[in-house]
Amino acid sequence: MGNFSHVFRGETFRFPDLKTVLARASARRSGDELAGLAAASDAERVAARAVLADLPLKIFLEDPLIPYETDEVTRLIFDTHDHAAFRPVAHMTVGQFRDWLLSYEADSAALTALAPGLTPEMAAAASKLMRNQDLIAVARKCRVVKAFRNTVGLEGRLSSRLQPNHPTDDLKGIAASTLDGLLYGTGDAVIGINPATDSVQNCLSLLSMLDDLRTRYDIPTQTCVLTHVTNSIEVMNAGGAVDLVFQSIAGSQAANEGFGVNLSILREAYEASQSLKRGAIGQDTMYFETGQGAALSAGAHFGVDQQTIEARAYAVARAFSPLLVNTVVGFIGPEYLYDGKQIIRAGLEDHFCGKLLGISMGCDVCYTNHAEADQDDMDTLMTLLTAAGVNFVIAVPGADDVMLNYQSLSYHDVLYLRATFGARPAPEFEDWLEKMEMMDRHGRMRLPGPQNKAQNRLLLGEGQNAA
Amino acid sequence: MPPEDPWAKLRQATRARIGLGRAGDAMKIGDVLDFQFAHAKARDAVHTMLDTAALRAALPGAIALHSEAPDRETYLRRPDLGRKLARDCLPLLSKSEYDAAIVIADGLSATAVMQNAVPVYEALTARLSGFKLTPPIIATQARVALGDDIGEALGVKLVAVLIGERPGLTVSDSLGIYLTYAPKRGTLDSARNCISNVHAHGGLSHGAAADMLAWLMREALRRGLTGVGLKEASGLTQDGAVSLVS
Repeated sequence: MGNFSHVFRGETFRFPDLKTVLARASARRSGDELAGLAAASDAERVAARAVLADLPLKIFLEDPLIPYETDEVTRLIFDTHDHAAFRPVAHMTVGQFRDWLLSYEADSAALTALAPGLTPEMAAAASKLMRNQDLIAVARKCRVVKAFRNTVGLEGRLSSRLQPNHPTDDLKGIAASTLDGLLYGTGDAVIGINPATDSVQNCLSLLSMLDDLRTRYDIPTQTCVLTHVTNSIEVMNAGGAVDLVFQSIAGSQAANEGFGVNLSILREAYEASQSLKRGAIGQDTMYFETGQGAALSAGAHFGVDQQTIEARAYAVARAFSPLLVNTVVGFIGPEYLYDGKQIIRAGLEDHFCGKLLGISMGCDVCYTNHAEADQDDMDTLMTLLTAAGVNFVIAVPGADDVMLNYQSLSYHDVLYLRATFGARPAPEFEDWLEKMEMMDRHGRMRLPGPQNKAQNRLLLGEGQNAA
Repeated sequence: MPPEDPWAKLRQATRARIGLGRAGDAMKIGDVLDFQFAHAKARDAVHTMLDTAALRAALPGAIALHSEAPDRETYLRRPDLGRKLARDCLPLLSKSEYDAAIVIADGLSATAVMQNAVPVYEALTARLSGFKLTPPIIATQARVALGDDIGEALGVKLVAVLIGERPGLTVSDSLGIYLTYAPKRGTLDSARNCISNVHAHGGLSHGAAADMLAWLMREALRRGLTGVGLKEASGLTQDGAVSLVS
């Protein structure tokens, strides 16, 4: 295929194939270096971008990065590609496409219409030619709205997942973290627990506790236990209160097999959840998590750089109209994203690619203790993502997840983002916060303390319930 | 009237940072500094060099080895190098008729090793009478699988790697122990047994860890295996061998 070379001031740069061009054009990150795919020099990186900018966008419909015959994710991407939707940009090079995305013609309506015509590789390619501000500016124009018991993704709104994890799944401990989060007005995207013990029995008791809490206070939100999809199928068969079905996914068939899933298992779970009809205003029932480096760590990246194969996971997600998808961007560790700079860039790329492809994209803004990152980097990333119109972020008490042993955002951080950007929770959830007297007439969450009536009510209620 | 701190009772149910106050939308300074101190301790645990001189003084006859990762930055970026024994260390090891080697490895928390490894080693050797053990091994810039190269070079039937676990905010000095039968390069993690959370803040005690490990070592030799098969036989509830430092 084609001639992948470029001459810069007399110096010739050659690349053997399309996936090498993409890998070398990627912003520097430790995972591509670990895989031996990264550009050998900064100059080579820019030369790869120059090659990429001149390639026709439709090359990605002619030259699959992972063979169609052996990979069901490639088959999904090709078989569901909407040629009519692609037509407005079909004649462009990748560079022209990048410029067009930034143009005034590419407004929300145009981008929404285009989404089914784009493949993940096209989104990834464009992102490699974009600076951070471009990723923000274009993502901000994309609007993806989904609904279950409330509406996620409306303009001017920022939802949050309340993540009340506990190292031993102690029901009272989880309830305490949940009430705390509700008093900060978080939890409109989902109240979602990562279980410490991934068994069907345990899921049933966690789900029943969450569902009782939700119905007792009539909270217009959805709950989820982030267990393996096959467990969720069993839980649904057992009559468990499953609002959202969760699964971690990746961008190749082999990487998904590493997670113990394939498209047919996901389809089965999707259909089972649809049949429950538990949504009040919508039936978007799926929740997916992803993250750069997942495919490489499973030895299933096929020489594709980690950002491009991450974008392919969004094609898997897109097939099931998920309420929520988030990249767990800094969780995987420094061998994939070394420091704050790499984590920030990756978070913006993932959000951009997800939104451009038409999924309800959020982000777990997070890091581990062996990465070169700290809360200042998380402040930067969450601020940039909110500027980019991210659908939701994840928050835990005091930014410290005591079960997964990593740092995400705090409940406080969500208040900061709302105040700084004037972003509000999902409308149905906001009404509930007002009705419960948790939010004051300025739209601020009431301060904790004995004067906070909602706090007294919730804590007293919980004390009685636990007794 | 509500009690003065309505969160006090709920805090007994979780270590999570619940019921914090607010300065406007932000955390109060005391909570900010608490968090920063915990994070600083965790980062120090990752970046402090293992005090091999002190370990050698405590463990006479110990052999000090290192992986192919020359420094901490490379170690963090390249887990593959942390799994390989440096070439210049090979002459320090020779095959002999040993049952087992105990490897004390820095992993992601040198602090955990300095706090816990020697007491666990001493408690273990006291429980392993009749075992032919190699001299203790000290390994730096090491991942769990470095034990495979070391065990292979020594020709031992078993290798136990005592290694610093990835530090959290609550506990930054937790030791993990990985046991592998017939160690050789390329051993799958599912073929190991793991004892995790050995530390002094409500974790597994040194004595309890040594009891568990000694039992696993005897059973592994008797049955000729480690990993999922041995875990099921032992009835251990700990999740085996999915390691944050592998």
